[in-house]
Amino acid sequence: MSMTYAPGEPTQPAGAPPSLQVRLALYRRMVELRVFEKRVYDVFLQGLVKGTTHLSLGEEAISAAYGEAMRKDDWTFATYRGHAHTLSRGVPMAPIMAELMGRRGGLMAGKGGSMHLTSVEHGMMGSYAIVGAHLPIANGAALSAKYRKSGQVAVCFFGDGTTNIGAFHEALNFAAVWKLPIVFVCENNLYMEYTAISAVTAVEHPAADRAGAYGLERILVDGNDADVMYETATRTLERARSGEGPSLVEALTYRHAGHSRADPGKYRPDQEVAEWMQRDPIDIYRARLLSQGVDASVLGRIDSDVADAVAVATEVAKASPPPGEDLIMKDLWSDGSSTWRN
Amino acid sequence: MAELSLREAVGRAIAQEMRRDPNVVFMGEDVAAAGGVFKSTVGLLEEFGPERVIDTPISEQAILGAIMGASMTGLRPIAEIMYSDFFAVCWDLVVNQMAKTRYMTNGQVSLPLVMKTGNGGGLRFGAQHSQSIENWAMAVPGIKVVMPSTPRDLIGLFAASVRDDDPVIFLEQKALYASKGEVEDGEIVEPLGKAAIRRQGGDATIVTIGTMVPRALEAADRLHQEEGISCTVIDLRTLIPLDAACVLDMVSATGRLFTVEENPRVLGWGAEIASIVADEIFYDLDGPLVRIATPYIPLPAAGELEDKTIPSVDAIVETIRKRMG
Repeated sequence: MSMTYAPGEPTQPAGAPPSLQVRLALYRRMVELRVFEKRVYDVFLQGLVKGTTHLSLGEEAISAAYGEAMRKDDWTFATYRGHAHTLSRGVPMAPIMAELMGRRGGLMAGKGGSMHLTSVEHGMMGSYAIVGAHLPIANGAALSAKYRKSGQVAVCFFGDGTTNIGAFHEALNFAAVWKLPIVFVCENNLYMEYTAISAVTAVEHPAADRAGAYGLERILVDGNDADVMYETATRTLERARSGEGPSLVEALTYRHAGHSRADPGKYRPDQEVAEWMQRDPIDIYRARLLSQGVDASVLGRIDSDVADAVAVATEVAKASPPPGEDLIMKDLWSDGSSTWRN
Repeated sequence: MAELSLREAVGRAIAQEMRRDPNVVFMGEDVAAAGGVFKSTVGLLEEFGPERVIDTPISEQAILGAIMGASMTGLRPIAEIMYSDFFAVCWDLVVNQMAKTRYMTNGQVSLPLVMKTGNGGGLRFGAQHSQSIENWAMAVPGIKVVMPSTPRDLIGLFAASVRDDDPVIFLEQKALYASKGEVEDGEIVEPLGKAAIRRQGGDATIVTIGTMVPRALEAADRLHQEEGISCTVIDLRTLIPLDAACVLDMVSATGRLFTVEENPRVLGWGAEIASIVADEIFYDLDGPLVRIATPYIPLPAAGELEDKTIPSVDAIVETIRKRMG
C-alpha cells in the first residue's frame, strides 16, 4: 500500500476500512472527547477550573484513532493541548477533570494541571508545555524500546507551530538516523496561536514538506476523517514496530475554539471557520456510519452513555477535596522529599 | 592501587557502571569512535559496542531529550555535553523538563540520568568554552549538582550519580583533567551530599569545590607557613545536595568563613553558603564572611587575563591575609 501523496493534496490511503467494532469504538471515543472538552469549557466558565485550558474540539479524530490503534504498552507524548490524548489512552475522565479543577483526586493530585496530564500506567508519558521539547524526549523512549527490543512504539503529537522550532529538526534527524520506533504526528490546525502557520513558514505543509529532509516519506492526511486516521495510525505504528523507523504524519484539522481560554479566535476569517465546521469529524463519521447501515439507536445509545459518564465524572471531580498542603514539599526527588541540604 | 589522571578516571568510572548494569548507555558528540574530545572515553566503544556507546549529531536538545525519555522507560543513560557552556542551547530540557517532571506528575516519573560535562576555565578557551555553570544548575529545583576534585572522587561520585534515581549534572573540571591521584583497585562509590574535609586548621574555614580545591589547599599551606594562619579546607564535592552541616560545624569551630568559587560572583553558590552561615551561626562568627570568586565578567581568553580573573593561589592568600588581619 502506498503512502505517497501528490504535493499539497491530502489523499485517502488505500486499504480496507477498520472493522465495525473498531469504528464504533472510534465513534465512542470521539464523542467522549467532544463532550468532555465541552464540559471543561463549561466548568471553566463556572470558575471551577483556574489558569488555562487548551481544548481539542474539532481535532478528535487524530488522537482517537491513534489511541485505538496503539498497543497497550506503547507510549504517548502530547502537548499542553493534551486532554484528548490522555483520554484516548483510556485514562478515566474523573481524575482528568479533577486535575483540571486542582483537586486531590486529580491525575497528579493537582500538582500538574491542564497542561501536564500524565498517566504512566496508561502509557501516557506526559503533556509538555514548552513547544517542541517532547519530540526529543519521545525519541528517548523509542531508543529504550529499541535497545530493550520490547516492540514498543512512541507516538508524539504536536501542533503545526512546533515544526519551526529547532528541537523538531534535531529530533527528526536523530530518529531517522537510528531508525527509532516512533511516530511523529503533526496536528496541523492552520494556526500556531494567533498567527497562521502559512504566514511564517517557508513551505506550504509545515511537516509533510519537510519529511524529505530526513529521508522520510511525505504523509499528508485528512485529520478530520477517523477512518483515514485509523489506517494511517495502524500503518505508521506497524512500520515503527517492524524496525523500519520513524514516520512523520501531517494531519490537517481545525480547532473549533480559540488557542486557549484567553483566545476567542477572532483572527480567523468567518468563511474559513464556517467551511471547517462543515468538516466536523464527528458529524462526518456519524453520517458515514448511518449511511453504511449502522442503526441510529446504536449511535444514540453511545451518545447518551457518554453524556452520562461525563456528568458522573464531573460530579466525582467536584466532590474531590483540595490537594492538601502536605503535597507541596513532596516528590521533588525520587526518595519523595525535596531535601537539598542537611 | 594506581595513579590515575582525572581524565583516565572518567573512562574508568563509566566502564565501572556499564559493566555492572546493562541498562547504562552512554551518548554524546565524538564520545565513541573518537574517544571524546578530551580523550576521556577512549576504549568504551570497543568494550561495550555501538548500541551502548553512541556518537550523536551536534544536537544537544536531541541528546538530552533522548536520555530523559530513555530514563523514563527503563534505562540509566549518561550523556556528555562536551562543554558546559553548551547547556545554554538545551537548557529547556534541563530546567523545564528534567527538573520538573517528577514533581509535576506527583511522583509518577523517575529520571535516573547523568549529564556529564567539561566545566570551568583555565585552558585559554575564551568566554564560550570556559564558563563555570554550577550556579546555573543549582538555581533550578530538581537537579543534583556534582563536581569532583580528585580522580578517586570522580569515580566514586560518578557511580553514585549513575545509581541515583534523579537527574544529575556531573561537572568535570577541564583544568583538572591532567591532575593525578592515587586510586585503589575495585569498585568505588562515594555518597552524594557529603563534603570532604581536606585540611584542618583552627583560624578560618575555606569552603570550595572543583578546580579551586587544589588552589585553596596550596593557599592554606602558604598562609600557614608565611602568616601562621591555620585554615580548614572543605571540598563540598556536591552542591545539591549540600553538606551544610559540615560547613556549619567547621565555621563554628574556626569563627571565619571564606568561600573560593570559580563561578561568577553574583548569585554564586558561596552566597547561599554565606546566607546559611549568617542565618544559623551568626553568633559563632569572629569576622566578616568573605567570598573569593570570579568577577562579574565573561572570561577573557589570554593567559594573563584569565589568570587574573579566576581566583588564583595568590589571590586567595592575599585576600585571606588581609581580611584576617
